[in-house]
Amino acid sequence: MYETADTEHPGLSMTRPMPSPAPAPFLLLDHLTKRFDGVTAVDDVTLALERGRILALLGPSGSGKTTTLRMLAGFEAPDAGRVVVGGEDVTRLDPVRRRMGMVFQHYALFPHLDVGANVAFGLESLGVRGAELARRVTEALALVDLAGYERRKVTQLSGGQQQRVALARALAPEPKVLLLDEPLSNLDPALRERTRRELRAVIRRVGITTVLVTHEQEEAFDLGDRVAVLRDGRLEQAGPPEELYAEPRTAFVARFVGRSSTLPVRVVGPSERGVRVRLEGVEWDVEPPADGARFEPGAAAALLARPEGLRLTPPAAGALAGVVAERRFLGASSLYIVTTDGGTAVEVSGPPRMVSVGEPVGIMPSRRAGGGLHLFPAGAE
Amino acid sequence: MRGRRLAVVAAAALVLLLLWLVAYPLVLVLLEGLRDRAGWTFAYVREFLARRSEWQALWASLWLSVASVALAALIGVPLAFLFTRYDFPGRRLLAGFVAMPAVLPPLVGVLAFLFLFGETGFVAHLVMRVFGLERAPWQLAGAGAVLLVHAYSMYVYFYLFVRASLLSLDASVLEAAATLGAGRWRTLRRVTLPLLAPALSGAALLTFMTSLASFTAPYIFGGGFRVMTTQIVATRLNGDVQLAMVETTALTLLALAALWLFGRGEGEALRGGSKGAAPAPVRVRRRWARWVVAALGWVLAVVLLLPHLTLLLVSFVPLGTWTTQAFPPAYTLENYVTLVADPVRVRPLVNSLWMASLATVAAVALAVWAGTLAVRRRMPGRRLIEALVALPWAVPGTVFAIALAAAFSVHRPWVGRVVLVGTLWILPLAYVVRNLPLTGRAILAGFRQLDPTLDEAAATLGAGRWRTLRRVTLPLLRPALVAGATLAFVTAFGDFVTSIMLYTYDTRPISLEILGSLRQSDVGVAAAYGVVLMLVSAVVFALGAERGSGG
Repeated sequence: MYETADTEHPGLSMTRPMPSPAPAPFLLLDHLTKRFDGVTAVDDVTLALERGRILALLGPSGSGKTTTLRMLAGFEAPDAGRVVVGGEDVTRLDPVRRRMGMVFQHYALFPHLDVGANVAFGLESLGVRGAELARRVTEALALVDLAGYERRKVTQLSGGQQQRVALARALAPEPKVLLLDEPLSNLDPALRERTRRELRAVIRRVGITTVLVTHEQEEAFDLGDRVAVLRDGRLEQAGPPEELYAEPRTAFVARFVGRSSTLPVRVVGPSERGVRVRLEGVEWDVEPPADGARFEPGAAAALLARPEGLRLTPPAAGALAGVVAERRFLGASSLYIVTTDGGTAVEVSGPPRMVSVGEPVGIMPSRRAGGGLHLFPAGAE
Repeated sequence: MRGRRLAVVAAAALVLLLLWLVAYPLVLVLLEGLRDRAGWTFAYVREFLARRSEWQALWASLWLSVASVALAALIGVPLAFLFTRYDFPGRRLLAGFVAMPAVLPPLVGVLAFLFLFGETGFVAHLVMRVFGLERAPWQLAGAGAVLLVHAYSMYVYFYLFVRASLLSLDASVLEAAATLGAGRWRTLRRVTLPLLAPALSGAALLTFMTSLASFTAPYIFGGGFRVMTTQIVATRLNGDVQLAMVETTALTLLALAALWLFGRGEGEALRGGSKGAAPAPVRVRRRWARWVVAALGWVLAVVLLLPHLTLLLVSFVPLGTWTTQAFPPAYTLENYVTLVADPVRVRPLVNSLWMASLATVAAVALAVWAGTLAVRRRMPGRRLIEALVALPWAVPGTVFAIALAAAFSVHRPWVGRVVLVGTLWILPLAYVVRNLPLTGRAILAGFRQLDPTLDEAAATLGAGRWRTLRRVTLPLLRPALVAGATLAFVTAFGDFVTSIMLYTYDTRPISLEILGSLRQSDVGVAAAYGVVLMLVSAVVFALGAERGSGG
């Protein structure tokens, strides 16, 4: 059946095509806004996604990611904005007619129906009957590696199997867009990574345009071609995972995505590499902010440092002085948590057994060019 | 979203219908007690307050209810502990017998007690024979007799509530108490009983309200002992309609006050953080103790089953053959043949069947309507809908009978009153109103357990409202629907309290025919009707249990 899906999403079934210069987005969230009792849950969010791509909505709880997904599915009517799928404005369309496949957080499998009947449910809505129905149910179950499970009761399945039935059920009617609400949050941590791999494989094979909601950065980066970071209903930044990590546009994104330490600094002035800042008596040169924000000399600022953006040295002039408070062995490297003389906890990546807990060390910007240090206005969260 | 406007209209219609059926008749009762032909007057209220008999009846209702709670608890709670905590031969079988009084409609229970403990009953005959007495040494009449019937039929509430609570108790909580050095008594006092508090207060409330509303036992056994329900009926038969209305209002206020007091006393239900397994029943170790417990259990079962057995026995006794003998000398199927063959005798069976069925369908439909709007779609006014559905539970059946009789005996369509009294429709209507709380509670609870995301899942799979209702909602609601329908049917089928106020010759239900037969000393036929009532109730309950479990 997924041959038909493939023709609906041409060229996107097995391999990811290179983006053409200005592709028309298949899915468009156009200035979406939703208020509940005067509280703005989603505030003017605009996102576009090409056909066959995966968009991850990432944010802490209450950031509006689930409300955004529910507006896509049609369960919430936006107070402003549009949802456009394949050029058609579906904003006012009933969920029943939207052709969005959804995998719910707790799967929402029909407990009184067996696996086969669950998967057949959406196909029956389309009028598929008889041998054709049986064939497509079989295919959908085979896709998620549950061939032969038709007559099982859904209550007898493991969490991972239930998740796959939910996925098969959502995909069987060949929806235009697949929506996943925290698809892995209900699983055992041990099972999560494997399920994530399988999920990604199935989505790629079908080539379906997908939007998923998650609060796990790792999940978003692993599954999403594009990641949109939401916060208090507003879109902070959207882009490929690499871009979000390397060029966070806000301090919030920098902190939410990957590890980082926040160092309070004072701006000294421009330097040849970017901006010169002073912290606890030392001065460092850092790259200019990605958004081109200007920093007045003397202004307070926050320096967000990735662990690999810093390196440990023996105590020396020009190095931030501190004492190793904790060492976490990670295999190829260790993460050192250093308490500076000023009392700030800083995470620094280094060779596994470089120094021991309690030893005095110095901290310097890593020699590697290309970041790991991001400057933001002070107090900007 | 689409359909929202329709839902608002449906919710408004439901609220109006419930107000008309449930609240309006009660308001009319209040008003009718405050006016007569001349206009508004407090004369009847003053008369009510001035009469000693009214205060006596109020007091009787109150102390009878309190005493019923105490007696029922005294029997039901130890039984629940015995059958849940201790293991002995025959435990499972007996645990089922203990709930038997539940399948006995009130009138049938009273009937059975009459045959068993009455002046001409088996026990009296036995005692007379043994002691060579000329007359029975007691009369089954007055407060004591009523209390006996109440204790017998209402301990089941305590038994079932406490047993369920004990079964859901987390064994590890008790084990924790033991590891903290608490002995058996300290654990009981400090851990078990506080955890049982919600069950105890729930059973106490149910017993109190049932006892306050009890009409059948006081009506048959009361004699000179009047409680509010029988007082109302007597006053109305005397023709003092307005005074009866004031009495009805007084009883309603007493019931609502009791409900309010219980509500205040009831705290948040305690919920443990853990959900472990229930403690396994303790095997009674010593051999002699096991036999004693088992023997006690069997004696108890026989005592509990005696009313049912008595009824069965008497139902085979032909008219006029049993006079002074201890046991009836002849047994035939004559009474049952009469029931089926005589058109006059068949009529009540047919009446009760169709009226109870209609009332069941209507109550279930109303409850599903209420559940869809109040729980599912969370429409504005959902609290009002739920309150109106629950209200008849707080109000004694006699009150509703009087209220419906008052509301639907005149033709004033512009104020929502039409003549239904004397027609075929008043009894089914009364049954619906009376059933609404029980059926509604079961079905609304079913709706609450439904996962709303299942609806959304069905929607994303392209299923419209009707297909979702048919394929997802109703199948999942089935246990609740079956439970609600079972309760509705059994209650309506055996109803006596409202029927006695509202029946006509053409709509006479089984219960009234039993009363009629009894008055003509046709005890065999009365018992046969009773057996039919009991069997149908038991079969419906059993079917309900089977269907409801999804098997």
